[in-house]
Amino acid sequence: MSGERQVGIVLVSHSGPVAESVAELARGLAAGGVTAPVAPAGGLPNGGLGTSAELIGRAAASVDRGAGVAVLVDLGSAVLTVKSMLAEGDELPENTRLVDAPFVEGAVAAVVTASAGGDLAAVEAAASEAYGYRKT
Amino acid sequence: MLDTDFFRRWMTAAAASVDREADHLTDLDSAIGDADHGSNLQRGFAAVKAVLEKDAPATPGALLALAGRQLISTVGGASGPLYGTLLRRTGKALGDEAEVTQEQFAQAFAAGVAAVGQLGGAQAGDKTMLDALLPAAEALALSFDGAADAARAGAEATVPMRARKGRASYLGERSIGHQDPGATSAALLVDALAETADGEGA
Repeated sequence: MSGERQVGIVLVSHSGPVAESVAELARGLAAGGVTAPVAPAGGLPNGGLGTSAELIGRAAASVDRGAGVAVLVDLGSAVLTVKSMLAEGDELPENTRLVDAPFVEGAVAAVVTASAGGDLAAVEAAASEAYGYRKT
Repeated sequence: MLDTDFFRRWMTAAAASVDREADHLTDLDSAIGDADHGSNLQRGFAAVKAVLEKDAPATPGALLALAGRQLISTVGGASGPLYGTLLRRTGKALGDEAEVTQEQFAQAFAAGVAAVGQLGGAQAGDKTMLDALLPAAEALALSFDGAADAARAGAEATVPMRARKGRASYLGERSIGHQDPGATSAALLVDALAETADGEGA
């Protein structure tokens, strides 16, 4: 794994503070050294709850280093908005992928893996595997 | 034949209808959703109207694709990508003809409705906008008024259904007895289409 070009991570939540906090948490737990680029895209541009294609597009562009972008979402319109943006073809950077993962645990796994230089497939796998982490 | 202006007038009529019914849609959404359906669609269709006043797409297909993109980027709720996909896919299916027949449009609309089902993973009977859109798509090849009636009946038929998609599905049994807001707005959209067609004696 070469750490030259890191996979970018976008965190899409209905809430701005949730997306920002999860980004901060994931960066913090990835710890030490340089972490992969992470951008929150939470809520509406006016601060309300919802999903904004504009904020998602901007966040994805800001973390794109040419190694692909993994997008993690919370629910409902966040899922549907990213899917429809991917279907459009030109609204997200090339090699952007919607990752099927739990939002918080998946974000941590994705950022840790991307920071270690994992490629997009590795980041996606790590984030999805977070579904298997049982708590009882 | 249906020209670009017909579809522009449909979008304008839809925006007016959503404006008129916004409070009603939000009331329905307060019962089983998150009480933002009316205001979300109001914002989305106002943006569609604005972009169509500024840009002048040359074909029905381009106009619907532009309207769809605008809904996806401005609505802020699940109805944005869903209605956006409906219009965009319908527009794409129309290709770049300057005018289309009602039959071509009916086929394209059915493709748009199928794309909505694929995006949301819903089926008939799940208490979603599809319960209005699917019967409308079937009736559309024969008559615009028939499609509007079918959509309205489809929306009313969601009352006894139990929601299987979206936030309303968390309510389980308690979602029964309420008309689905998405099916209701879908019926408004098809009604605006019939109104537009009636306006020109089609």
